[in-house]
Amino acid sequence: MLFALWVAKNDNQVRGVMVAGSTALLIGAIWLTVYFVQQRNAGNHDAMLLANSVMWFKPMHIAFSVGVDGISVVMILLSAIIVFTGTFASWQLEPMKKEYFLWFVLLASGVFGFFISTDMFTMFMFYEVALIPMYLLIGVWGTGPKEYSAMKLTLMLMGGSALLILGILGIYYFSGAKTMDVIELARMHAMPKNIQNIFFPFVFIGFGVLGALFPFHTWSPDGHASAPTAVSMLHAGVLMKLGGYGCLRIAMFLMPDALTVWAPVFLVLTTISVVYGALSACVQTDLKYINAYSSVSHCGMVLFALVMTTQTAITGAILQMLSHGLMTALFFACIGMIYHRAGTRDVRYLGGLMKVIPFLAVSYVVAGLANLGLPGFSGFVAEMTIFIGSFENAGMFHRVATIIACTAIVITAVYILRVVGKILFQTIPNKKFYELHDATWDERFAIGCLIFCVAGLGLCPLFFENMIMDAVHPIFDHIITYVPTLGNL
Amino acid sequence: MFDYAFLILLLPFLSAIVLGLFGMKMPRKVAGIIGTCVLGTLFVLSLYTAYHYFFYTGEYTAMGETFHVTDGRLANGTYPTVTVFNLTWLKFTELLTFNIGFRLSPISVMMLIVITTVSFMVHIYSFGYMAERDENYKFEEYEHGFQRFYAYLSLFTMSMLGLVVATNIFQMYLFWELVGVCSYLLIGFYYPKHTAVHASKKAFIVTRFADLFFLIGILFFSFYVGTFNYDLHANPDLVGKLTALASNPALTWVLPTSLFLMFIGGAGKSAMFPLHIWLPDAMEGPTPVSALIHAATMVVAGVFQVASLLPIYVQFGAQEQLHWIAWIAAFTAFYAAAVACAQRDIKRGLAFSTISQIAYMLVALGVCFYDSKEGTFNSPEFLHHGGLGYMAAMFHLFTHAMFKALLFLCSGAIIVIIGSNFKDYMGGLHKYMPITNICFLIGCLAIAGIPPFAGFFSKDEIISACNSLPGVEGQALKWIMTIVAGMTAFYMFRLYYVIFWGESYYEQDPENRRRPQEVPFVMWGPLVFLAAISVCAGWIPFGHFVSANGLNYDIHIDWSIATTSIIAAVIGIALATWMYMGKKQPVADALQRTFPRLHKAALNRFYIDDAWQFFTHKIVFRCFSIPIAWFDRHVIDGTFNFMAWGTQEAGESIRSWQSGDVRQYAVWFITGTVALTLILLCLI
Repeated sequence: MLFALWVAKNDNQVRGVMVAGSTALLIGAIWLTVYFVQQRNAGNHDAMLLANSVMWFKPMHIAFSVGVDGISVVMILLSAIIVFTGTFASWQLEPMKKEYFLWFVLLASGVFGFFISTDMFTMFMFYEVALIPMYLLIGVWGTGPKEYSAMKLTLMLMGGSALLILGILGIYYFSGAKTMDVIELARMHAMPKNIQNIFFPFVFIGFGVLGALFPFHTWSPDGHASAPTAVSMLHAGVLMKLGGYGCLRIAMFLMPDALTVWAPVFLVLTTISVVYGALSACVQTDLKYINAYSSVSHCGMVLFALVMTTQTAITGAILQMLSHGLMTALFFACIGMIYHRAGTRDVRYLGGLMKVIPFLAVSYVVAGLANLGLPGFSGFVAEMTIFIGSFENAGMFHRVATIIACTAIVITAVYILRVVGKILFQTIPNKKFYELHDATWDERFAIGCLIFCVAGLGLCPLFFENMIMDAVHPIFDHIITYVPTLGNL
Repeated sequence: MFDYAFLILLLPFLSAIVLGLFGMKMPRKVAGIIGTCVLGTLFVLSLYTAYHYFFYTGEYTAMGETFHVTDGRLANGTYPTVTVFNLTWLKFTELLTFNIGFRLSPISVMMLIVITTVSFMVHIYSFGYMAERDENYKFEEYEHGFQRFYAYLSLFTMSMLGLVVATNIFQMYLFWELVGVCSYLLIGFYYPKHTAVHASKKAFIVTRFADLFFLIGILFFSFYVGTFNYDLHANPDLVGKLTALASNPALTWVLPTSLFLMFIGGAGKSAMFPLHIWLPDAMEGPTPVSALIHAATMVVAGVFQVASLLPIYVQFGAQEQLHWIAWIAAFTAFYAAAVACAQRDIKRGLAFSTISQIAYMLVALGVCFYDSKEGTFNSPEFLHHGGLGYMAAMFHLFTHAMFKALLFLCSGAIIVIIGSNFKDYMGGLHKYMPITNICFLIGCLAIAGIPPFAGFFSKDEIISACNSLPGVEGQALKWIMTIVAGMTAFYMFRLYYVIFWGESYYEQDPENRRRPQEVPFVMWGPLVFLAAISVCAGWIPFGHFVSANGLNYDIHIDWSIATTSIIAAVIGIALATWMYMGKKQPVADALQRTFPRLHKAALNRFYIDDAWQFFTHKIVFRCFSIPIAWFDRHVIDGTFNFMAWGTQEAGESIRSWQSGDVRQYAVWFITGTVALTLILLCLI
């Protein structure tokens, strides 16, 4: 696969390799998308395309099996875009560039590996591969209390993976299967109900930690605040999506029966995430904290939509992953660049930046508007799909939860506009700011790409929606066969 | 025949993109000209569309549907509802698809005309307004951000047009959000100003809060009805679905609830009490923007929404909700008129007047009713009774857009010359600004409802509509509306006198103060144009084009009602003349002294803003956000840190076990073995 090639090349690296690599990756991802759509149009209805499997560890039936469906394709595309723009965003990073990019690439390859695997154990392995570089990237190149944040982030996520491995082993043993392949396991559906009830929360919380599920989200503000720009972008943009993806692929897909018991519990937790994250963002003073809490709220929305278990809501959840990935990357890129110039991220000391760095300021406004769900950007599409989808779940309890989650769109507006009004508009509080210079070409390029993608997804959502819907359909059908009482009319 | 219609949305969109991306690279003037040319084209296209829609004879097809029309009307005497195109934009489920389309109905065609006319005038006028001038009002250069201004205007025009041609409620919501953002951007146009930023934020958040209800309303509606469509004419199957829903005893609450939730969204945009607080502050934006967005077009979106959904309201059991709307609107009309009487800032005065006039339109919609004895909704009788308010509201929307845009543009002209919004710096301007004076006077007469100006006709229809609502309710509303008409005349003429008559600020100290003079042609041209419409608009046989059931309706003036309202208006004007005409205003000052509290309360808008401020800052922020943030940092984070600490401590204490001391290990080893043996022995 692409990433292997890329890691190899990276050893004799400079920026050029990085650009070449990430461009190749992006082209590869676009090719994959086109190929995928072609195949589907040609009538190829296999669950996984490009499937391949190599037995790895016989006794445990661990296979390195890969394959893509609509969901993984869009996630791979998203990751490629973020890695590509992240490269440009960390153009001017100074100490130990080579090592930095090495870890960065390792992180990226973990992510790609995760999205293409269809084997539970391989998935878990790649998940771990993606986590470890995080510790070093934050611990070495970060800012602020970086050791503390890096430690906290890694420990909490590791705690999550401990639960996860328990869950995975549970699934493996109790289904009595001779395989770890997700599709196979789902087809057999051999786990007894009560065992599902036991292991569902392990897997869901395990992935939920990464998806910033309340109350396991506290690594997120500290981690994001300390991480360097491109790492924040990749982390919030892609890594947090691993959580939602895993919840859907493993927890819900393999243990649908457990949803009857656990869905209400997680519904409450995710609803809290959505509103709680947004409310917390209202009073933060550090730009990165604001965005980290906003990520908690938006990623909470992903999990929220998943546990709603209607086809539209799940589609919305994937769209939200895509959209939030792009938006939040854009946001972190802007924040990083502003921080790089102004030397502070504290809202109280910033002001009037629109006058001195118009390009970055306008990008920040665009990111903000996209985040609060302005039609024409991706956020609107995703949120509306989620709300419509959630509302299809006719339970009174679900209705109330949906309405509560809807209020997040107002709260989001409050915290976004508060920050925009404070840091970009009004008068300049600090004479030093007059000497700031606007974005350089590499930064403009990175931001331009991201805005283009956010707007593209917002203006013509149907293309991606079809692709996602196509993949969600079998998963949803599978879930609903076992729990017909859930959700659907 | 309407194949070109996509241009109506595409052109301003492209213009916004081009100006937004490349505007800063081009000279300011070029950017302005591009924007204005696009709007000119749109204006012509809209007129052309309207002409064809209302007067075409022959047949045409749209979306595979063929219409045989004579003078624009179908065989049954109504105007067709033409869907020009309808593209699938997003598919939620098999049934629920989110379409973006273009639909012509009488009211959307009327809105096309209103929007493009006012927008075009505002585009031209801004060449004069958005300019920097020297001591002698001589033009120097267009303002900083001129290109951005035109980009926003184009974007706004696109969104507003998209809103009125919406084929479904979700499309309306999409463009609804977009106009909200345009409004936010334009209010905050002068972003270095603290007040402007604050006002823009407030406008956006208040309307967003209201939109939340709109969204929830849509969710309910779409879930139970199974579609986003709302137009009964264009979607014949919709009637069946709605009937089924309304006759299901377990679900009778659905339609009224969802419609009322949607109305709350409309109330936010249309500044109904108590969600009106953003509109007066929105006057921080440039005055042409106030004229376009906050007087003529965007703020009537709520009225347009209720009007579009009116057939569902009256036919499917949401009568009660309509009456609530009428009462909310009546109260708002009265409240805003009262506040307008005490404002010192002329733009704020006009803003309250806008609130009050929009409330008129909603009252008119609210008094629509459906009497089953009168036969079906499409019967001719419906026009003269229950459906009169619909026509009246749309008529008033049309005339109000014209004369209120005129008034705002006049006040903009004054602000350019005086350099302030406050009436204290004005006075005696009739000598210096004759054209503006006449135009403003025409606007005042029109809004006050003096025949033969436009406002008279539409307002008379509204009061007639109230009168036709049976029972005490109708009479009460009628009298409230008449009294408010009197108040309207009073506050408008108060404004007129303090600006153009009375003691001149300049003449008090001619040496040191700038001498006012008339504005340049690019500014007074649009004024004269709008003034001309404000004079004649009332003579348009409006009922011929727009009416509740689409049939022809001849407006006739019910003189018994008209006389009362004229008398009320004349009393208002006379009172204003008596109090404010002279150089000094003894009566007004005396009143202010006698009732200082009342005056202060009115000046401070009866403290509604403060109440909201208290609610948001003290309650939401203090009681939710801050504690939650604290909770997060201390309790939740603390728990995890505590766990980490606990692990570390445990590690510390266990560490001493790994002492490397062989003797200690031996002791433990032996103890363990003995213990295990004992346990085993016991078990056996």
